[in-house]
Amino acid sequence: MSLAKITRIPGRALAVPGDDIDTDRIIPARFLRCVTFDGLGEHAFRDERFTPEGVAREHPMNRPDAREASILVSGQNFGCGSSREHAPQSLWRFGFKAIIAGSFAEIFFGNSTGIGVPCVTLGPGDLAALTAWVQANPAGEVAVDLEAMTVSAGGKVMRAAMPDSARSSLTAGKWDSIADLLEGGAETGRVAKTLPYVA
Amino acid sequence: MAKTLFQKVWDAHAVRLLPNGQTQLFIGTHLIHEVTSPQAFGMIRDLGLKVRYPHRTFATVDHIVPTNELREPYSDPIAQEMIEALRKNTRDHGIRFFDTNTGAQGIVHMVGPEQGITQPGTTIACGDSHTATHGAFGAIAFGIGTTQVRDVLATQTLALSPLKVRRIEVNGALAPGVYAKDVILHIIRLLGVNGGLGYAYEYAGSTFDNFSLEERMTVCNMSIEGGARCGYVNPDQKTFDYLKGRPHAPKAAEWDAAVARWRSFASDPGCAYDDIVRIDAASIRPTVTWGITPGQAIFIDEAMPVPATLKDGDRATAEEAYRHMKLAPGLPIKGTKVDVAFLGSCTNGRISDLREVARHLKGRKVKAGLKAIVVPGSQITAAQAEKEGLAEVFRDAGFEWRGAGCSMCLAMNPDKLVGDQLCASSSNRNFKGRQGSITGRTVLMSPLMVAAAAITGEVADAREVFGIR
Ligand code: SF4
Repeated sequence: MSLAKITRIPGRALAVPGDDIDTDRIIPARFLRCVTFDGLGEHAFRDERFTPEGVAREHPMNRPDAREASILVSGQNFGCGSSREHAPQSLWRFGFKAIIAGSFAEIFFGNSTGIGVPCVTLGPGDLAALTAWVQANPAGEVAVDLEAMTVSAGGKVMRAAMPDSARSSLTAGKWDSIADLLEGGAETGRVAKTLPYVA
Repeated sequence: MAKTLFQKVWDAHAVRLLPNGQTQLFIGTHLIHEVTSPQAFGMIRDLGLKVRYPHRTFATVDHIVPTNELREPYSDPIAQEMIEALRKNTRDHGIRFFDTNTGAQGIVHMVGPEQGITQPGTTIACGDSHTATHGAFGAIAFGIGTTQVRDVLATQTLALSPLKVRRIEVNGALAPGVYAKDVILHIIRLLGVNGGLGYAYEYAGSTFDNFSLEERMTVCNMSIEGGARCGYVNPDQKTFDYLKGRPHAPKAAEWDAAVARWRSFASDPGCAYDDIVRIDAASIRPTVTWGITPGQAIFIDEAMPVPATLKDGDRATAEEAYRHMKLAPGLPIKGTKVDVAFLGSCTNGRISDLREVARHLKGRKVKAGLKAIVVPGSQITAAQAEKEGLAEVFRDAGFEWRGAGCSMCLAMNPDKLVGDQLCASSSNRNFKGRQGSITGRTVLMSPLMVAAAAITGEVADAREVFGIR
């Protein structure tokens, strides 16, 4: 399957600071009552952005230009909790094409990179500096470069990190695992035959 | 060379190395439910693919089912659409579905073990983060996202990178009134909510040897709350005894060979671990959470921490937690008013949980004005509890006795907190809004502590309430 090679994501960034932001907060459970992912973008961070009565709160993602941002910046252990792919799906549909954080929960990381949304980490000092810069320069350009493994903003270039398996899949345009997995079909059949509980 | 169970299971299921360095891993058992599977079936349909091994996928419905009224159509039309989508998808692809009329429906992490589908030395995947529960049987069980559910449906494999293994050894006897739930809350408190990133947790030691399979499940269930994607206990005689005679367990002639094979997967003596943590069981006391992450936990007789005394990274989350929970640092959590008591979920909705609570609850009454519900995790558990007279004990005490499902663990069905109600809950997550109200508050604890809260109307020490010493 040929997919776009994802090597560089330039664009405006939006900071939603905080550690341990869980997937219940990214997309509350009531929005999992669905049989498609369509329309989930509207509901990203819903309960942080709106009161129960639907009144908009002060939140970076409620700014008029929020949907022009293509990079989300957050804290440690981003995406912890439930395995719902609805979380990265909602962020992607909101407009985020890359996420920068201090660290990522594993299932969230796999779900995101698997749909072509790179998740890169920065050290604590750089992350704090980037967050402050993004807050001060909402229209400024940030770039995530997966070949150089850097994040650049305001003339500053910071070293970013991401496990190489996910990075190389994105840059090679092979981030959707299905093609590779189908290719191993015959070997899969051979392994199945060695497992008594499968046969 | 001496190997861990994780390595042995991995090696037995590795198909090949992928170009990006990950391993294509065979997934022997695939469990699905109504929330994370419909989009995956849509994807394979769009790609023109088929389900490769339909007999290795098993389905149940748990998150959206109402627990007080099974009549269809459900009051929530979207819930109805979801269960119908699962019926259609399982029918179209020839997948076994434990539907609500089978007597065997329940939370996916209870159905697998009850049916004997969950077996040692196997790989299991499910589009649900609490899949590690099945590790209690010595399986390597992964929670996955919907695109990966598609991968398993179409290829019976996943692209994964191996995990490191941390052995968590708990030794000794737990004090009376201290349960498996306290053990895992304590582990998460010690190692942190992201302490398990990149690891599988191997739970071991005499405390685990003595645990029943149900207690082992309670601990493995919450591995993900500690950041670990997998958690497991090496299989032993108790594991085999639990499985014997279950519908999907090997039969007659195959049984002995299966047991021998299962046994061979246990970690070898002297194998190397990436990390080892040792905990003295006697040091653990009944534990409750006070905040909005499962790591924000204290012993019931401790005071809630003062943010200024916490590590840098923990301080901001603690302040946020106090704002949300409307609790005050430095004070005891004991005595905090409780509005709702929820007994259930894949952490603690099993028959042994219901037995233990009912044993102490007999003759006691739920505090007037407090809403208390018991939601058995599966229809089989519910029927067993009725048969043993446990349901009656709960009803007599003033608990609502409900049908099987996830219910107020995440409130995707009609069971929800209202406003800023505080819920004493035997579930696994205390995230903001988790129980269905944005401002709702959750205090996680063991089932008996939930009962103590239900009776007293406040966060209480079950040992005092029930005279346990
Ligand atoms: S009981 Fe709770 S944690 Fe378990 S599967 Fe259901 S929603 Fe998830």
